[in-house]
Amino acid sequence: MDQSNSTNTNADPVLAQAAAWLEEGRRVALATVTRTWGSAPRRAGSHMAIAASGDFSGSVSGGCIEGAVIQTALEVIETGEPRTMEFGVTNEMAWEVGLACGGRVHLFIEPVAG
Amino acid sequence: MKAAVLRRVVEAQRAGRDVLLATCLTDGVQELIEAGEASRLPMLDGALIAEVLRVGESRTLETPQGTVFLRPYIRAPRIIVVGAVHIAQALVAIATLAGFRVTVLDPREGFATAERFPGAALLRRWPDEAMTTLRPDRRTAVVALTHDPKIDDPALVAALESDAFYVGALGSRKTQGARRERLGALGFTDADLDRIHGPIGLPIGARTPEEIAVAVLAEVIGALRL
Repeated sequence: MDQSNSTNTNADPVLAQAAAWLEEGRRVALATVTRTWGSAPRRAGSHMAIAASGDFSGSVSGGCIEGAVIQTALEVIETGEPRTMEFGVTNEMAWEVGLACGGRVHLFIEPVAG
Repeated sequence: MKAAVLRRVVEAQRAGRDVLLATCLTDGVQELIEAGEASRLPMLDGALIAEVLRVGESRTLETPQGTVFLRPYIRAPRIIVVGAVHIAQALVAIATLAGFRVTVLDPREGFATAERFPGAALLRRWPDEAMTTLRPDRRTAVVALTHDPKIDDPALVAALESDAFYVGALGSRKTQGARRERLGALGFTDADLDRIHGPIGLPIGARTPEEIAVAVLAEVIGALRL
C-alpha cells in the first residue's frame, strides 16, 4: 500500500477560510501586515480574514489590535475601498488601542469580492 | 483583492506552486505572478521576483507609483520522517500543526499505515530508493527515527548528499559514535557528519514519545529560523 503525497500540500489556513466564506456567499475582508518595526509579534505577510458577520480567522498581532482591525474591516466590506492602518506603542494605562509589546505595524485591509 | 485572485493563490498552494502577489498599497491594484513568469510592472524584474520567492519573506518596494507590497506564497518547508514509529506519530501531528509538509517513510510491514498516521503522506519503501524521488532540498529536514542502521543509514546518506537544512538521528551518544564510524567509512568527512543532530532534539529532558517529538520539532524550527 503506497499512499503517495496526496495530503502533502497545504494552503494558508486563513486564505482557505476566506475562500470558503466566499463560496458560502459571505462578504469578506482581508487584513495583511505589510511592515513591522521593533518587536512586533506577527511578521510582514501575516493575514487575518474577517467576514461581515464579525467572524475572523488568523491574526495580525498578539491579540492587542484585532478588535480594532475587525471594526475597520467591516467598514471596508461596506465601502468596498481598501484602507491602510498603523498601530504603535500605547500607554499601558490608556484605553486606546495599541501594541503593548513596543512594536509598530502597518496593515493593509482590503475587500475580497467579485 | 479579487475573489479570483484569492482562489488562484489557494489553488497554487494546494498544487505546490510558488506565486508572488504584488499589491499597490495606494489603490489596491494587484498582480499575481507565477514563479518563472514576468510581471507587467517594470520595477518588478525577473531577478527580484526570483529573489523574493527564494527567500520567502514579504517586503515593500517604494516606486514612483507608490508603495508596492510583495507577498510570496511558497511551499511550506518539509520534514521527511524515516521510521513510522511512536515518536513519528506525535511528530507528524505537531509538525503538520506548525505548517510543515510531512512525509513518513518506512519499508516495514505494519508501520507506515493509514490507521497509525491518519491523513499523513506515507511511503512504504526503502529510503535509498525513496529518497531519490523525494529529493531533499534546502527547505527539507530529514529525521531518522528507526534506530535500525539498515533503514536509517541510507536515509542519512541521501540527506548528507543533499542541501537539507536539518539532518537528525535518534540514538544515544554511543549509537551516534557507531553511526559516525559507519558513515565515515563510506567517505563522509567529520564536517559532513557534524551536520547530523544526535542525540536528536533540544535538551529539554524529554521522556515520552510525545515530549521527544516536541524537542525534535523545536530543533528543526531552530535550524530553519535561527
